[in-house]
Amino acid sequence: MLAIVSIVLFLVPNETFVKYMGEGSGIKGWITAAVFGSVALIPGFIAYPLSGILIDNGVSYSVISVFITTLMMTGFLTLPVEVKFFGWKVSFIRNMVSLVAALFIGFIMGFFL
Amino acid sequence: MKKIQKYIFPNVFLILIGLSWLFDFAAGKQIGINFWMFFKEMILFLPLMFVLIGLFDVWVPREKIEKHIGSASGWKGTGLVILLASLQAGPLYSAFPFAYILWKKGCSIRNVFIYLGAFSTIKIPMITFEIGFLGLKFSLLRTLITLPVFILIGYLMEWYLKDKDFDVKQP
Repeated sequence: MLAIVSIVLFLVPNETFVKYMGEGSGIKGWITAAVFGSVALIPGFIAYPLSGILIDNGVSYSVISVFITTLMMTGFLTLPVEVKFFGWKVSFIRNMVSLVAALFIGFIMGFFL
Repeated sequence: MKKIQKYIFPNVFLILIGLSWLFDFAAGKQIGINFWMFFKEMILFLPLMFVLIGLFDVWVPREKIEKHIGSASGWKGTGLVILLASLQAGPLYSAFPFAYILWKKGCSIRNVFIYLGAFSTIKIPMITFEIGFLGLKFSLLRTLITLPVFILIGYLMEWYLKDKDFDVKQP
């Protein structure tokens, strides 16, 4: 699993993130951030530098907060592990609620930054 | 035979990375570095978490958990869970075993989910890192906005799961 993530992370260069989440990407940027953040499994010490690069390249702070929050709170790749502890239903609900919460957090962040 | 099949992919992956280093193949090397970063995170934090879980299991009696973060605990319990979670570090999947031990010892549904929320989003060991790359203002705002949101999630989950014989299983 970790092996697959490291290959994907190599195949998708930073420019692609900037293209889809950058300035003027609008709602598409939000969706990309949420989907990518939920699926990906990136440790903080890669995610924060990556976010820093994205900000420098014109990605908005709210999109970045959606990205970081989904990255940390929802994990579709780790769902099989979560299911072993909580069962399908609860895991699914927790991830869905977290996803909505992340979008909400990004929305609020937009007012401040 | 089945057992061998299970390990084919990881082995092929490692061999390819090894060959990339030998022959100076840039793509393979980069993938190797990525993999090493993930692997490092897992190998650094998982054993620590398991040691912590073990000690917690032995040292902290059930009555204490029930009293402080059980279903009858109020805001103080919530604060305690958040403090506990924010002092720990590691990927989300390392929090599940700890959530299990909390639940086993009588922690309330609400606090189990507040624990998971706090564990994933507020980490004192990571916050200096976040400030370094994204700035103090962003980090503080994100933390302050996220805090009430996952407390709300805790209440929501409790409200929904209260009468649904919710259980955290040992895998």
